[in-house]
Amino acid sequence: MMVGSLISFPRDVTTENSVRTGLMSSAISVSNLHKTYDSGFEALKNINLDIHHGEIFALLGPNGAGKTTLISTICGIVNPTSGTILADGHDIQKEYRAARTKIGLVPQELTTDAFETVWNTVSFSRGLFGKSSNPAHIEKILKELSLWDKKDNKIITLSGGMKRRVMIAKALSHEPEILFLDEPTAGVDVELRRDMWNVVRALRESGVTIILTTHYIEEAEQMADRIGVINKGEIILVEEKSELMRSLGKKQLRLQLQEERKAVPEALAKYGLELTPTGCELIYSYDAHKDKTGIASLLKDLDKAGIGFNDIQTKQSSLEEIFVNLVRERK
Amino acid sequence: MNLHAIRAIYLFEMHRTWRTIMQSIISPVISTSLYFVVFGSAIGGRIPEINGVSYGAFIVPGLVMLSLLTQSISNASFGIYFPKFTGTIYELLSAPVSYFEIVVAYVGAAASKSIILGVIILATAALFVPMRIEHPFVMVLFLVLTAVTFSLFGFIIGIWADGFEKLQLVPLMIVTPLTFLGGSFYSIDMLPPFWRTVTLFNPVVYLISGFRWSFYSVSDVHIGTSLGMTAVFLVVCILIVRWMFKTGYRLKS
Ligand SMILES: Nc1ncnc2c1ncn2[C@@H]1O[C@H](COP(=O)(O)OP(=O)(O)OP(=O)(O)O)[C@@H](O)[C@H]1O
Ligand SMILES: [Mg+2]
Repeated sequence: MMVGSLISFPRDVTTENSVRTGLMSSAISVSNLHKTYDSGFEALKNINLDIHHGEIFALLGPNGAGKTTLISTICGIVNPTSGTILADGHDIQKEYRAARTKIGLVPQELTTDAFETVWNTVSFSRGLFGKSSNPAHIEKILKELSLWDKKDNKIITLSGGMKRRVMIAKALSHEPEILFLDEPTAGVDVELRRDMWNVVRALRESGVTIILTTHYIEEAEQMADRIGVINKGEIILVEEKSELMRSLGKKQLRLQLQEERKAVPEALAKYGLELTPTGCELIYSYDAHKDKTGIASLLKDLDKAGIGFNDIQTKQSSLEEIFVNLVRERK
Repeated sequence: MNLHAIRAIYLFEMHRTWRTIMQSIISPVISTSLYFVVFGSAIGGRIPEINGVSYGAFIVPGLVMLSLLTQSISNASFGIYFPKFTGTIYELLSAPVSYFEIVVAYVGAAASKSIILGVIILATAALFVPMRIEHPFVMVLFLVLTAVTFSLFGFIIGIWADGFEKLQLVPLMIVTPLTFLGGSFYSIDMLPPFWRTVTLFNPVVYLISGFRWSFYSVSDVHIGTSLGMTAVFLVVCILIVRWMFKTGYRLKS
């Protein structure tokens, strides 16, 4: 946010927090958040996290890491044990009305009314969030999500993917500034997934902040501006995606061999090469940011050993690999 | 005040009623009407008058109360239990609505339904038995007060219940017996002194007695006592709901 906007717009001075954090107010600001469930299980351990305005933030982590717990706590569905959460500068407990008005949530579980029509349930959500009815807006959302021709259908008659879209439509019905998508593409076919990405991108274009969780790493890789990794209730990393890819990204050099081999030649042991199960391909992993990648000497040594190759290829490691490595390191 | 939210929830709940009109309106009207046919027209003529009121007419206020109580409780408890059961409660919990607004909307809708039902049953009763309403204002006051109080009570049960059995348990095991033993079919003056005293611990006695007074100016206990007891129960329910929401009892983990 620009300093100018703070000066020219009189802001609600009673909201102490929004003034304190006003200058660089984050869309979501979580500090020292702990959550221990009644069962005694500590699901969130001292979470500190800031989500910037207008970004797409992907929260990654294995099953049971605490992603849903974190989102549910921010949205007011789970009581925090301790800690503070601000949504656009508003404390989610003391100023829950201001905070919640800004937030839309698409939960992980498919939970919708069964017997209501699509149109009614989406309109209901808008009213619930305190907005006066606006059929034109609902129509626009339903059309964007390809639900328009289903608007008079009862939800129980829709397929799972369509129900997911109904839940997104509900969350968008009240024009939220911050949108949480808890695994929006779980159990969704490729086409619908692409549609959703387009919707998410369009929302970001219009200034909506988006926080999503996903197990499809390529989704985060393609969509996110920043990535946070959570494991066992702790945020273990928050990084710009491009930065993360660069700093942690190992590159691979793949060599298509002329002849099949049974094992990596002794002479090349120091390179830590991997032979694919077919025996046709040698893989060399290196760090692209080191001064000496070792490629030149590897090629020389290959030549010396008399190993010929037809093709050569380099590949950036995917976020998935990075992520798996990160979680493994912590164990 | 989030009036849009109150309106949205209220209309949603009322819409649910129309969708299930058989179960929520028609069936209670029919089952109550059977009493009027049997006790009012068929055997009522052979039972002597009570306090100068024919037996058929005497049982009308009690039967209206019986429907009002059971329907208020079941409407309100289902209304809030169902979103909990299906998980759609997430939306309510994440919406910018206060607990007060949630209660007003859900209890308002449940009470509205029971009042509509009560009026229909009264109209039906008038077809079968000769009845009169001597204090219409008090009658309406009791109707509304009872509907609201027991909708609130139902709301509490809906939040408390963590299974369908519990949802049915209280209405079936407690409310129906209390209503039958609360003087729907007789004046408690007709009981032996010991049982009369026991009966005075039954809160439903006060409701039925007060309600009947608004019809025929005859009552088992003073009308003021009836109103007072109903008000006390209302306040107790309000306090319980407040506590439930404050602590997130069975709503939030
Ligand atoms: N109501 C609850 N009571 C007790 N423990 C809970 C409750 N809800 C979740 N947990 C536990 O908290 C941990 C985090 O759960 P959460 O649903 O937040 O994980 P997640 O990261 O969303 O996982 P997934 O990828 O499977 O959705 C899990 O170990 C889970 O068992
Ligand atoms: Mg989850």
